Amino acid sequence: MNKLEQVFTNGKAFIPFITAGDPSIEITEQLVLAMADAGADLIEVGIPFSDPVAEGQVIQEADNRALSGGVTTDKIFSMMGRIRKSCNVPMAFMTYVNPIFTYGTDRFMKNCQEIGIDGIIVPDLPYEEKDELMPCCLKYGVKLISMIAPTSNNRISMIARDAQGFIYCVSSLGVTGVRQEINTDVKEMIKLVKEVKDIPCAIGFGISTPEQAAKMVQFSDGVIVGSAIVKIVEQYGMDCVPHVVEYVRMMKNAIK
Amino acid sequence: MAKGRFGIHGGQYIPETLMNAVIELEEAYDRFKNDPEFIAELDDLLNNYAGRPSLLYFAQKMTKDLSGAKIYLKREDLNHTGSHKINNVLGQVLLAKRMGKNRVIAETGAGQHGVATATAAALMGMKCEIYMGKEDTDRQRLNVFRMELLGAKVHTVTSGTQTLKDAVNETMREWTQRVKDTHYVLGSVMGPHPFPSIVRDFQSIIGREVKQQMLEKEGRLPDVLLACVGGGSNAMGLFYDFIEDTKVRLIGCEAAGYGVDTAKTAATMATGTVGIFHGMKSYFCQDQYGQIAPVYSISAGLDYPGVGPEHANLHDMGRAEYVPVTDDEAVEAFEYLSHTEGIIPAIESAHAVAYAKKIAPKMSQDQTIVICLSGRGDKDVAAIARHRGVQIYE
Repeated sequence: MNKLEQVFTNGKAFIPFITAGDPSIEITEQLVLAMADAGADLIEVGIPFSDPVAEGQVIQEADNRALSGGVTTDKIFSMMGRIRKSCNVPMAFMTYVNPIFTYGTDRFMKNCQEIGIDGIIVPDLPYEEKDELMPCCLKYGVKLISMIAPTSNNRISMIARDAQGFIYCVSSLGVTGVRQEINTDVKEMIKLVKEVKDIPCAIGFGISTPEQAAKMVQFSDGVIVGSAIVKIVEQYGMDCVPHVVEYVRMMKNAIK
Repeated sequence: MAKGRFGIHGGQYIPETLMNAVIELEEAYDRFKNDPEFIAELDDLLNNYAGRPSLLYFAQKMTKDLSGAKIYLKREDLNHTGSHKINNVLGQVLLAKRMGKNRVIAETGAGQHGVATATAAALMGMKCEIYMGKEDTDRQRLNVFRMELLGAKVHTVTSGTQTLKDAVNETMREWTQRVKDTHYVLGSVMGPHPFPSIVRDFQSIIGREVKQQMLEKEGRLPDVLLACVGGGSNAMGLFYDFIEDTKVRLIGCEAAGYGVDTAKTAATMATGTVGIFHGMKSYFCQDQYGQIAPVYSISAGLDYPGVGPEHANLHDMGRAEYVPVTDDEAVEAFEYLSHTEGIIPAIESAHAVAYAKKIAPKMSQDQTIVICLSGRGDKDVAAIARHRGVQIYE
C-alpha cells in the first residue's frame, strides 16, 4: 500500500525537506524520526547532487556539506531502511535525474520499494521526459511526483491529467530558497489542476513562516518547506534536532 | 519520448519552469530559420560584421616540417571577437530580438563566448549579463574586462568547482528567475533541445565553407577534419556538412589535462559514462553515484565534464573519433604553431593542432587535413607563460 494516500488525510499536510547526510547520516536519521513525531505528514529526503540546478544557495551548500562528509546513495538507502523498521511516516526522495539514472533506474526503484519509499520528486525531469523513470516507478509502485510552475500555464492540464500521488506546485520563479513574499497566483494554478483532476496540491519554494504557510493552505492541500529547515540544520549542526522539531510543530500548528 | 534526440542522447531534462521557454524558442527558431528576411539579416552580419567567410589557409611550413599530409587551417580565429563563437551568438541574439526579448544571459569558460555575446548584445541593443567561474575570471582576466568594456555585467561564480560547469548551472538558475524577458544564449552544442540543434546549425557555416574552399583549392574533399571538443561547438560546426561523406575522417580532440589515467582530466569520451545533466543525456565525467566529477584542463574552454549529445551519438555510431590530448601536448602545439606559421592559436584549438602533429607524418603527401583553428591565442599568452614558469599576469 502506497502511503502517499494518507499524507493528506490529517488536515492540511506539512511536508518538511532535509538533505540526507547534512550534517551527518546519523543526524538525518534522528531528524526524520523526530519530524515524524512532531507531526510531519510526509518527509522529503534529498539525495544530494553535485550540481543541483534547481536549488538556491542554502540547499546547494547543504548538498556540498553532505557530499564532502562522504554520504552516498547506498548509505542513504541503508539509513532509510533502518528508519522504516520503526516509523510509518510517508517518505519521498527528492533528487536529480542523474543520481537515479547512473545508479541504475531499475535498481534504484527496486530499493525504494523494498525499503518503503513512497514517492520521488525529480526537479529536472519534466513531463516530456517522464518515461525516463516512469516504467520503473510503475513496476515497483513508487509514485513519480509531477511539478507545475508559475510558467506552466497551458501545460497544467496535461501534467495534471497524468499526475499521481500529489502535485508539487512551485510557488515562484527561480530556485529554492526563503522568500519574503510570494507573488505568483498559485491559487489560479491549483484551480486549473482541480478542473482536470481531483488530486492533492502541495505548494513549495519560498515558504518559511507560519503566516505564509497558513495563507497557502487556504487554497492548497499542504505546504513543502525546505530551505528554512536546512538553514536551521546549518545553524545548529549536530545539535539541530530539537530546533527542527520545534519548527515543524509550529508550522504544523499554523496550518491545522 | 521528448524531442531533440541523437540516438539515445539529447532530450530536455530541465525544470518545469523552463519548459515553455524552450518550447517557445523551438517554435521561434523553426519559424525564423526559413524566413528570408532573417536569413538575409544574419548573412549580412556574418559577412560585414564578423568578417566571413573565414580563410582556409594552407600551412605550408607546418606541412613541410611534418612531411606528411597537407595541412589546412580554417581560420575562425580571424572572425570578429577572435573565435568561432560569434557565428552562433549573432544567430541567437538576432533570434532573441525577434522573439521580443530585451535581455540576454550566457555562461562562459575561456571568455570567448562571453565576449562574443557581449559584442552581439552591444550591437543589437540588448542588456547582457555573463556568468563565469571564479577560476576562469582569474585566469582570463583580460576577457572579463573586455566584456565589461562592451557593456556587459560579469558575475563571478563561486559555487562548485568555479569553472564552466558551474557557470552553466548559475546561468540556468538565473534563467528560471527571469525567463520572460531573457534569452539564454547557450554557447555550445549542449543543453536541452533545441539548443544542440540551433547552435550546430549556426556553427555549420564552418564546414560548409570548408567544403567549398577545399573543392576550390584541392578539387576534392579533405581526408581528415580535426577540431577541439569541450561542449563541441566548433567541432560540430566543422563536421556537420561532412557526416554523409563517410570517407572523411572526423576527429574531435578532447582535453586530457594531465592524462586520461589521472583524475586531472576533462576527456569525457575517454573517461566518462552515459548520464543526464545540463538538460541532456550524453557522456559525462562522473562517479558511480552520478556525482559530476571536478574536471581539469589548462584550457578554460575545454574544462567541462560533458560533451554535446550529437557528438555522443557520432561516437556511439563510430562516425567520429574522439582522442585525448594532454596539457603538455597542447602547450607544445601552441608554441609550435606560433613560431612555425606565425599564428598564435587559442589553447583550445592547440589541442587539435597537437593531434595533427601526431597523425600528419603518418599520412601520405597527397592527403589533406583541415584543422579548425577555433580561436586566437592572445587571451592565453599569460597563462602559457605561467605554465612555463614565467610569472606574467595581465
